[in-house]
Amino acid sequence: MGKVIVVTSGKGGVGKTTSTAALGAALAQNGDKVVVVDFDVGLRNLDLVMGAERRVVYDLVNVIQGDAKLTQALIRDKRVETLYLLAASQTRDKDNLTPEGVEKVITALKAAFDWVICDSPAGIERGATLAMRHADVAIVVTNPEVSSVRDSDRIIGLLDSKTLKAENGEQIEKHLLLTRYDAARAERGDMLKVDDVLEILSIPLLGIIPESTDVLRASNVGAPVTLADGRSAPAMAYFDATRRLRGETLPITIPGEKRGLFGKIFGRKAA
Amino acid sequence: MNLFRLFSRSQSAPAARERLQVLLAHERASAGDSDLVVKLRDEILRAISKHMEIDSEKVSVKLERGVQVSTLVVDVEIPFDATRKAA
Repeated sequence: MGKVIVVTSGKGGVGKTTSTAALGAALAQNGDKVVVVDFDVGLRNLDLVMGAERRVVYDLVNVIQGDAKLTQALIRDKRVETLYLLAASQTRDKDNLTPEGVEKVITALKAAFDWVICDSPAGIERGATLAMRHADVAIVVTNPEVSSVRDSDRIIGLLDSKTLKAENGEQIEKHLLLTRYDAARAERGDMLKVDDVLEILSIPLLGIIPESTDVLRASNVGAPVTLADGRSAPAMAYFDATRRLRGETLPITIPGEKRGLFGKIFGRKAA
Repeated sequence: MNLFRLFSRSQSAPAARERLQVLLAHERASAGDSDLVVKLRDEILRAISKHMEIDSEKVSVKLERGVQVSTLVVDVEIPFDATRKAA
């Protein structure tokens, strides 16, 4: 039986889709069977970030409504053979996501995959609550910025009340993924530090992803950042996060914090 | 940005941190009860209007959230002859 992960944040544009693709690809590179599921009906983008936008025939809503079989809708990644995508519908209304339909699809995916990663839409409406509904683990993606932290706090509240686990009196496992972190700006006191965000949200840290041009470059070519350039700083941070997700204990390193003398003198904005 | 501004600028992250801590402490405490101020306002006004006529346009309700305490300020303008009703 696979584990269901929801990647959520409340706020839009913080890196949910980027993180879903990067973590999914990293888990699959180890040989695990992984499916990434886009819950953003009407505004799908995971297909684009995964580079599979031209291969989408059937989507989540088609499966829920019985127009397609799950096996027909799953798109196998061309680079990593244990990685699959289930796209969201671009044309249908999000009301087509029904609780019963989502439950059926998630149950079937759990039986066939080691990891089911649900990419939540922004907001706290139907799509977001259905994406988190069946999760065993939640990854709360947060930027070191006031509105993102506030929305994450709200989402944590929902995770503790609206998920199936919470309703059954169990604890849903929650992790913080701090994205777009700029160590140099945090050191100068112009950005919330890792410890500030951790203290405010008080959930364990899964990883710190540095602000980086590599993320945009990867999405430009339609590759998860962990596949586009495995040696880049954000990719290494996602690989570390993946290992923690598997249960390993690794020391947390803040990417970009150790700068050389040259960087200290000239590198106001360390890449 | 010139060098003087770069060095004289004060840090903004501590302000962000403090504002968030205060805000979230309140939002967590009043989760699901977001119209607290509206409710308080209505109940207070109802209590006052039992005893005197008041113009609801001339009432201001402000809530100031602090770290330790919050203050609710209700400002009611009482017309000169409003007390007549009570008499």
